[in-house]
Amino acid sequence: MTTFPIEQIRADFPILGEKIRNKPLVYLDNAASCQKPQAVIDSIVHTYSHEYANIHRGVHTLSVKATDKFEGAREKVRAFINAASTKEIIFVRGATEAINLVAQSYGKSKLKAGDEIVISAMEHHANIVPWQMLCQQIGTVLKVAPMNQKGELLFDEFEKLLNGNTKLVAITHMSNALGSINPVEKIIAVAHAKNIPVLLDGAQAIPHMAVDVQALDCDFYVFSGHKLYGPSGTGVLYGKQALLEAMPPYQGGGDMIRSVTFDKTDYAGLPQKFEAGTPAIAEIIGLGAAIDYVSVVGMDNIAAYEAELLAYATEQALQIKGLNIIGQAAEKGGILSFTLEHIHPHDIGTMLDSLGIAIRAGHHCAMPVMDFYGVPATARASFAMYNTRQEIDVLMQGIKSLIEVFG
Amino acid sequence: MFEDLRDLYQEVIFDHNRNPRNFRVMENANRRVDGFNPLCGDKLTLFLKIDDHVISDASFQGSGCAISTASVSLMTEIVKGKTEAEADTLFKQFHEMTTGKTEDINLEAIGKLAVLAGVREYPARVKCATLAWHTLDAALKNQQEAVSTEE
Repeated sequence: MTTFPIEQIRADFPILGEKIRNKPLVYLDNAASCQKPQAVIDSIVHTYSHEYANIHRGVHTLSVKATDKFEGAREKVRAFINAASTKEIIFVRGATEAINLVAQSYGKSKLKAGDEIVISAMEHHANIVPWQMLCQQIGTVLKVAPMNQKGELLFDEFEKLLNGNTKLVAITHMSNALGSINPVEKIIAVAHAKNIPVLLDGAQAIPHMAVDVQALDCDFYVFSGHKLYGPSGTGVLYGKQALLEAMPPYQGGGDMIRSVTFDKTDYAGLPQKFEAGTPAIAEIIGLGAAIDYVSVVGMDNIAAYEAELLAYATEQALQIKGLNIIGQAAEKGGILSFTLEHIHPHDIGTMLDSLGIAIRAGHHCAMPVMDFYGVPATARASFAMYNTRQEIDVLMQGIKSLIEVFG
Repeated sequence: MFEDLRDLYQEVIFDHNRNPRNFRVMENANRRVDGFNPLCGDKLTLFLKIDDHVISDASFQGSGCAISTASVSLMTEIVKGKTEAEADTLFKQFHEMTTGKTEDINLEAIGKLAVLAGVREYPARVKCATLAWHTLDAALKNQQEAVSTEE
């Protein structure tokens, strides 16, 4: 903690100097999207100012430069999550598109009516709806592993759901609504013992902890660039090469083909097979810059710093009478979801906004989680590496004041 | 501390949020419509008793934020005793006031409801205030299906 370069990090994020309603911005909506360091902003400006053209097709200098940078970003992603090959890194628009890709390509080609897909009770809609769509299309069955009141997966119940019909486990690495971190190593071990592949939704986990897909041995890992301090419109699907090789394309178009006649198309190899059309070139190069940035800070340092922030915020929150923390898993990332007695989360959100504090109020795209706790919505403060104890003090003071005002 | 919000959260709103008026199920209602804001989870059920084109009673149940609760509470007070046509006019005036297309709103005509004019400055909160009124509109038109702010 003492060595964490918080002042330097804050100085690298220009938006943190903004005033909101004449107050210094306290940005605590990081689980929705993170702010961008100057290095990422500069990267995008640099690409469009000096190195932009379409990739993969041009013989001209700019196209070659842009292609090198774009493929360089792929190598950065590979190294960041320790994939075995850049062929296993598919660029998509975000975690949502990555899951839809797996559902429609892997799911539709490998699963059949009666096969079961296991998810958990704490999933984001992005890891529910694509599977429901697949179930409607081909007759697969969605099974939901339950959690306890703390927001922890009931591992034994999860394990019981795995049977001869289970053909895929798709589960979140870290819950966006609760902060719970799932025991993904154990989940993968028991699933693999039954030859069931596992997809991890890493949208929340990726900015908060080091992820090594080979050590995890997960079959698919998905995340969004914008939650990793990178540009929006970028996302990554990691898949084991053998699985990706055997999957049909998700979308057809340019860039994903080897040859096309009106009779027949030969698809390109990995990763281009899954990258039809012009991607978000400058943004993905910017994602590479974001990965460079967090790598210098160090994912383990970020994890340790954020764990202290969460512990401090939790300790402060528990002292506020009438505040209920939603999600108190033993293993938890930097998310403080809460309700206040007799005060609706939307009122909390508007009131805190007037103090310059950005939190989220709503169902966090996890309506089944809200139903589980019997609340229409929660207020959620979510932390990033640039947040401070002082900001948490501002948040807590704001909460205490609004409780007084509501009386 | 919340000086900037004084226009949005007036004391009348806190009062109606703490003690909502006409907060009850109406057994003999002849109109009953559910209203739902899927963005924030606000839910209400509006009950009306309409006799010979006059709203003889209005009540509601449900849960929501202070703005939506105060809005529906105030609405049930004000429409009681009004004709369907008068209530429809109020709906249109309220809609005009909260969505702020024009500056010259007749605040006198709209009476107590003027305390909700502040939502105009908070686009994210306008639907909190209008949910009740869209539900009323549906009830006046004798629609059965639930009202959503997102359709």
